[in-house]
Amino acid sequence: MTTAVTRLTIVESKLFLRDTTSVVMGVAFPAVLLLLLGFAIPGFREATDDLDGLRPIDIYVPIVLAMAICTTSVSVLPTYLATYRERGVLRRLATTPVGPVRLLGAQLLVNGAGTLVAVALAVAVGTAAFGVDLPRQVPGFLIALVLGTAAMFAVGLLIAAVAPRAKTATGIGMLVYFPMLFFAGVWTPGPVMPDGLRRASDLTPLGAASQAMQDAWSGAFPSALHLAVMAGYLLLAGALAARFFRWE
Amino acid sequence: MPVIEISNLRKRYGETVAVADVSFTVDSGEIFGILGPNGAGKTTTVELLSGLRRRDGGTVRVLGKDPDRDGAELRELVGVQLQESELPERIRVSEALELYSTFYREPADWRELLDVLGLSGRRNARFGTLSGGQRQRLSIALALVGDPQVAVLDELTTGLDPAARRDTWALIESVRNRGVTVVLVTHFMDEAERLCDRVAVIDAGRTVAVDTPAALVAKVQAEHGLDRATLEDAYLALTGHEIGV
Ligand SMILES: Nc1ncnc2c1ncn2[C@@H]1O[C@H](COP(=O)(O)OP(=O)(O)OP(=O)(O)O)[C@@H](O)[C@H]1O
Ligand SMILES: [Mg+2]
Repeated sequence: MTTAVTRLTIVESKLFLRDTTSVVMGVAFPAVLLLLLGFAIPGFREATDDLDGLRPIDIYVPIVLAMAICTTSVSVLPTYLATYRERGVLRRLATTPVGPVRLLGAQLLVNGAGTLVAVALAVAVGTAAFGVDLPRQVPGFLIALVLGTAAMFAVGLLIAAVAPRAKTATGIGMLVYFPMLFFAGVWTPGPVMPDGLRRASDLTPLGAASQAMQDAWSGAFPSALHLAVMAGYLLLAGALAARFFRWE
Repeated sequence: MPVIEISNLRKRYGETVAVADVSFTVDSGEIFGILGPNGAGKTTTVELLSGLRRRDGGTVRVLGKDPDRDGAELRELVGVQLQESELPERIRVSEALELYSTFYREPADWRELLDVLGLSGRRNARFGTLSGGQRQRLSIALALVGDPQVAVLDELTTGLDPAARRDTWALIESVRNRGVTVVLVTHFMDEAERLCDRVAVIDAGRTVAVDTPAALVAKVQAEHGLDRATLEDAYLALTGHEIGV
């Protein structure tokens, strides 16, 4: 059974890598966006008083990481799973000793790894191209990254669970994707986010993840509120996904 | 010795009764056909005996085991080819076979299956680029890659060209000659007549006949005073149709 699970994971990784859209949008885009922001937008590399002496590019690194999480979790993952269900891939697996649950596990692993590579690439670009410091609160950053990713993957699983068809999963994914990015601060980065919006953002999984990573970057441990929100989404969306997921 | 024993099988989906009362037994080494109109409950019956769904009533024994209870054990021993089940678009033929062979404790040689099913030339092709018949052959190969004792094949030759159908028949016979018991669902009377030792005819969720193709033909000849009936005539008579002369 271990060889079967290993092979399944290897094959799923290959399939992910053959899917140019997932690789470009999920893995490469966050780093590319950072490069575009830093080099193409005037003033992005200059410290400003609005950001307590930081440069916009410093603030955008954790936001771009949140985007990396968002793309794999609500765009790539649910589409894959719903497609597998629609095409009967899960049903075929149900006739073998391995069963469909392990394919779900392999998908989570592959998308999780893709997210981590996207994060590493973006951090490397930030450091190498723009001299952005690494997070000052490393354990806090890692906790925020992992918990935020897990919470968003649970949301992705829930989308795959409730969507009857692959197209619906993609559609719901998009409906969730842009508001999530908005709350994560892609258009109004953390420090300049209006108060009301920030309070709403605190309560979304990606907003909480983005702010928790931002805090860890500047040296503060993530707040209890953000950790609780992420854990809450992980448990609630995870439980609902398990409750509603259908293999066919 | 019966390998499959089904009696008074029942299954409903909400209001729809898919299987009302199905009974038959399949002996070791037999090629057993299931015939019946669209929506008769053939797929549901094979899904129930493969342990993919839980029955509402009746008893099912496959190799002495109950699919609802001993599903995990049976999945090692029963290879299933489902109607309308695909693979990921970008997986290669050889990748899929190698992967599925790791799922079983004692798999068959997947390279040999590739040859036998005439897929060697397409081993590096992606599933998405295969023709309908090639997909079907890969699907049969996947059902056999675990070296099963029982192979359940739902509409195995639907979508195949005439030559590929003949090849598949030869394959099924060679599989049976290795001692595998085969259950196949088909809409082709020539296929049932040529391949099957016995067939069950299912209509509206009930078995209306279980016998050898020859006996079914003999019976319809006797009942309708015909001297040259075919299995198709027998089938039509059993499923409530007038048989034209
Ligand atoms: N998953 C399902 N949910 C609800 N109803 C179903 C489901 N699967 C089958 N049915 C219904 O059960 C009945 C039997 O279906 P089944 O697929 O077993 O027929 P079949 O004999 O295999 O037909 P065909 O020759 O068209 O493949 C049909 O009325 C069908 O609409
Ligand atoms: Mg059917």
